[in-house]
Amino acid sequence: MTHPVPTTERQTAVRRSPLRRLAYSQTAAPWLFVLPFILSFALFFAYPVLSAVNMSFQEVLPGQVRYIGLENYRGLWNPTFRKALMNSTEYTVFTLLVLIPLPLVLAVFLNSKLMVLRNFFRSTLFIPALTSVVVAGTVFRLAFGELEGSLMNTFVTALGFEPQKWLRHEGLAMFTLVVLATWRWMGINILYFLAGLQNIPRELYESAEIDGATAWDRFIRITLPLLKPITIYVLTISIYGGYAMFTESYMLWAGNRSPNDIGLTIVGYLYRNGLEQNNLGLGSAVGIALLVITFTVTMIQLKLTGMFRRED
Amino acid sequence: MKRHSFLFMALILALSLALAACSGGGGKSGEESSGDGTTLEFWTFNELHEQFYQHMAERWNEQNPDRKITLKANVYPYDDMHNKLLVALQSGTGAPDLADVELNKFPNFLKGTPQLVPLNDIVEPELDNLVKSRLDIYAKDGNYYGIDFHVGASVIYYNKELLDQAGVNPDDIKTWDDFAAAGKKVLEATGKPMTTVELNDMWSIWPQVAQAPGSDDLQTADGKPNLTSDVVVKPLAFQQDLVKQGIAVPAPGGGHHAEEYYGFMNDGGAASVWMPMWYMGRFTDYMPDLKGKIVIKPMPAWNAGEPRSAGMGGTGTVITTTSKNQDLAKAFLAFAKLSREGNIEIWKFLGFDPLRSDVWDAPELREPNKFTDYFGEDIFDVLLEVKDEIEGVIVNEQTPPISDAFRTSVLVRILQDGEDPVKVLEETQSQIQ
Repeated sequence: MTHPVPTTERQTAVRRSPLRRLAYSQTAAPWLFVLPFILSFALFFAYPVLSAVNMSFQEVLPGQVRYIGLENYRGLWNPTFRKALMNSTEYTVFTLLVLIPLPLVLAVFLNSKLMVLRNFFRSTLFIPALTSVVVAGTVFRLAFGELEGSLMNTFVTALGFEPQKWLRHEGLAMFTLVVLATWRWMGINILYFLAGLQNIPRELYESAEIDGATAWDRFIRITLPLLKPITIYVLTISIYGGYAMFTESYMLWAGNRSPNDIGLTIVGYLYRNGLEQNNLGLGSAVGIALLVITFTVTMIQLKLTGMFRRED
Repeated sequence: MKRHSFLFMALILALSLALAACSGGGGKSGEESSGDGTTLEFWTFNELHEQFYQHMAERWNEQNPDRKITLKANVYPYDDMHNKLLVALQSGTGAPDLADVELNKFPNFLKGTPQLVPLNDIVEPELDNLVKSRLDIYAKDGNYYGIDFHVGASVIYYNKELLDQAGVNPDDIKTWDDFAAAGKKVLEATGKPMTTVELNDMWSIWPQVAQAPGSDDLQTADGKPNLTSDVVVKPLAFQQDLVKQGIAVPAPGGGHHAEEYYGFMNDGGAASVWMPMWYMGRFTDYMPDLKGKIVIKPMPAWNAGEPRSAGMGGTGTVITTTSKNQDLAKAFLAFAKLSREGNIEIWKFLGFDPLRSDVWDAPELREPNKFTDYFGEDIFDVLLEVKDEIEGVIVNEQTPPISDAFRTSVLVRILQDGEDPVKVLEETQSQIQ
């Protein structure tokens, strides 16, 4: 793969150090420049994943590590894991139902010239994303407290309802989790959709208007179809984000334990087994199961939304 | 030009490496006590424990000028510290010389071959003066691996004001049946519940289970889950009955460490709570309005004459096998936690009921401090009264799953949802086995 060196370069070739030759070599240089990425990928991604796969077939105890075949995976199919799986799935579905349509519509409003205080709303909706989830979780825990004086109970009693035990009731707990997620991720998703909206050529709307299309028609027939790539992207990261949720639940119940496990997620189950009960083998098996689940769901989703079809 | 940019890149790379090395070093150094000597690294999750050990290190250096130590202490968040320590011991590098391990996490460190140093040679000479059940919880196969700060004797804290309104004398409450009857009076007279029970922690149920005579509690003496036995069913049925009658309510916020509970209790929400001695600090710090209104008494017994207390909770200080100065660490640990001097400092510094029962009547323990200001001067009289009735608990590898089951489902199902205790406990027992 050696190429003829240009004459001007040849004159200086004598003075080149070996290091410099390496940097100019057409075969070696590309590798040299991607090396930091390859190294960090191998060290911080590939190695841990492979090691987790390996550990999922082991019983890992201090000073005593041995292979136990599929025992960890067999132990996985228990009511608590099923509960965690159900919770994570429900949470993912609800966050998708809220966090795709709502930010999309809000982004359209915020993108419109008619909207007052556009920049104010843009920044205020984004601020929660910058807040530490640890702080936010603690504030939400107090706001959704069970005493009559808590923020949420003040609201519902003002509306004439009974005060609720928000974090002790299955449905209300899921509601709280989804509210926290909405509060936190709304701004980010709006940002994605705004970026998408600004890429839609203005002329399309103008010509549609001339043809007599109403605002609704323009939204349905121009905005939505042209936002499809960005919607698919948001959908994909939201699915992963939903299944990987842990901190929110951890902070809301001030620990990894919620009554009757109503807030237990798959990652929470991993944490409980792998670290809290020092069973890293089972923890790894949970992690691999989570990987398989998110991978499958995402693949199905990408297939259904036609991401693998060739563009016409 | 090109050469320059390449050199520039190399320079940046070298710089960032150097910086990374700096920050690595900077992150590691914690607070150090003054003076030279052998450096011992210590990890804990509690700043007060760190201060206590620094204080003891200074005293050690005064008394042992030829064996001086520099205690390098790091305080990490609770979960972080235990996880870090577990991983360090698993991998065999990076562990400190000394570390605090909380009782609920301790069994994790005893799994497999414990990577901790047996402390028998410093514990055994003092065994007669120590509350032995508090050492057994950190033991495996006859080896003691941890030394606790306190006995954690469970007692009952009564709100005298509410009891007076109902005309109840706390000294007349000898058994749990008396307690229920007194609770009924309090409820009728004041409209307030007699007590609260925890849904997300073990401090209401475990002392009641452990105080029963005999060595079985949540597990049998030989380490099998014991959830369906009378020892466990009876207290839960008792608590459920109190809740159904309104004599007890589930603790607001789910437990006795919730912000909601502190507020509720501080406003005189309930007339009593049974918790270990170390809970005194929560009263002084989080329930200031109850100052002077709380009296400490021994817990009621199941039957007159049966034990009235159990040692609860705790943090064992351990020495790791990777430590290069194990003997020095052991000598220092013995000085800080097993000596008479150390035990008196534990009360003065931390307000805990110290492990050595022979210091409980020492005059130093009667000196005024924030606890005697709040509860009165005779705190240790209660402890001396129940001295021989402090039951131990069985802690082993099954403790974490069992307590998880209680803290997430068993207590909620029985005390909040009103399910049949026997049915719930049978289901849980079969899942754990």
